[in-house]
Amino acid sequence: MTLQQQFDDIPGTTLFDAQRSRQGYHLNMFCMSLMKAENRAAFKANEAGFLEQFPLTPAQRDAILKRDWNGMIALGGNIYFLAKLFSTDGLSFQHVAALMTGSTQPEYAQMMLNGGRCADGNRSKSEWQQRG
Amino acid sequence: MADIIAGVATSHVPAIGAAIDLGKTQEPYWQPLFKGYEASKKWIAAVEPDVVILVYNDHASAFSLEIIPTFALGCAAEFQPTDEGWGPRPVPAVKGDPELAWHIAQSVILDEFDLTIVNNMTVDHGLTVPLSLMFGQPKEWPCRVIPLAVNVVQYPPPTGNRCYNFGKAIRKAVESFDKDLKVVIFGTGGMSHQLQGPRAGLINREFDTRFLDNLTRDPQALARMQHVEYVREAGSEGIEMVMWLIMRGALDDDAKEIYRFYHVPASNTAVGHIILENPR
Ligand SMILES: [Fe+2]
Repeated sequence: MTLQQQFDDIPGTTLFDAQRSRQGYHLNMFCMSLMKAENRAAFKANEAGFLEQFPLTPAQRDAILKRDWNGMIALGGNIYFLAKLFSTDGLSFQHVAALMTGSTQPEYAQMMLNGGRCADGNRSKSEWQQRG
Repeated sequence: MADIIAGVATSHVPAIGAAIDLGKTQEPYWQPLFKGYEASKKWIAAVEPDVVILVYNDHASAFSLEIIPTFALGCAAEFQPTDEGWGPRPVPAVKGDPELAWHIAQSVILDEFDLTIVNNMTVDHGLTVPLSLMFGQPKEWPCRVIPLAVNVVQYPPPTGNRCYNFGKAIRKAVESFDKDLKVVIFGTGGMSHQLQGPRAGLINREFDTRFLDNLTRDPQALARMQHVEYVREAGSEGIEMVMWLIMRGALDDDAKEIYRFYHVPASNTAVGHIILENPR
């Protein structure tokens, strides 16, 4: 496998590489704007209106408004930038991680208390396909 | 002569900072974690370093996508904690050491490590959480701190090998500074964790244990490890562990492990912590 294929074979994981960084530039810079309290307030008051300052694609705008976290990552969002958005919403890293895995809060928290998601069975997309 | 006498590695999970700031350290969830740092606090209080060189990564705080330095050395006299979206952490401002920092910058650049010199930046949980873990909640941090921010957010970060060799260049720089200073170097971040996507929550205790073992047993093997292995085995954010290799490179080949602590979980993360001392 080439290096790219090795990265691509890791299941459920998105590498924030050059292509994603270019694609997600404005999405991530919108998130960055939320580090200022006045921008957080303006965004909360009128989310769609606030987003008009940023040249986002319709899909990116939609994913932001719907808080589709995996969708934002697929469209070039990076988790540390998205953190500004979910912090504005008052959500924690663990809360959003649970949402991205499709589990409930208590299920996810319990998985972590039990030692987390095992690396075994989670290294290759082929392992996820077998599981179906 | 200034001297690097020891290295400390520790995770820098933001939730740990929140637990400290909100007075939750004795809650059942957090108590075992903070207990693991009690010996380390005593150790560093006894060592009394003059300066800590703190290797960490900025998490879209001081650096957005506008400027992405691979290595950035804080040369300012003071660094304020960042407002990461929920207000700045209520911790003291970090006092730098401009004289030593500029000396290191000049030395490593002439040694062909072309880092970025930063005179104005805030510092996020990546830097302040390790300080809180090691020094508790003082009114002022007890020593000067030189921040060294490493890009591990935008792929590709520097290789483990580059980090390891950079550590060696930093040591050379410190040792050519003609003031008597006790320096401790921190490598932070990790251990295994993944914060994004359907594979979030990944933890790999075996990988982490081997990594901790090899810091003394075979650091060269760690330096050879490829990015893809970190991501596959230790999660997308496990890549932060390349920063530990800067700390390791700045120590003697035969540095001794004097303390280790490992705990799962802190939020989404496996917390790892180790102290290595140079032989005297
Ligand atoms: Fe980090």
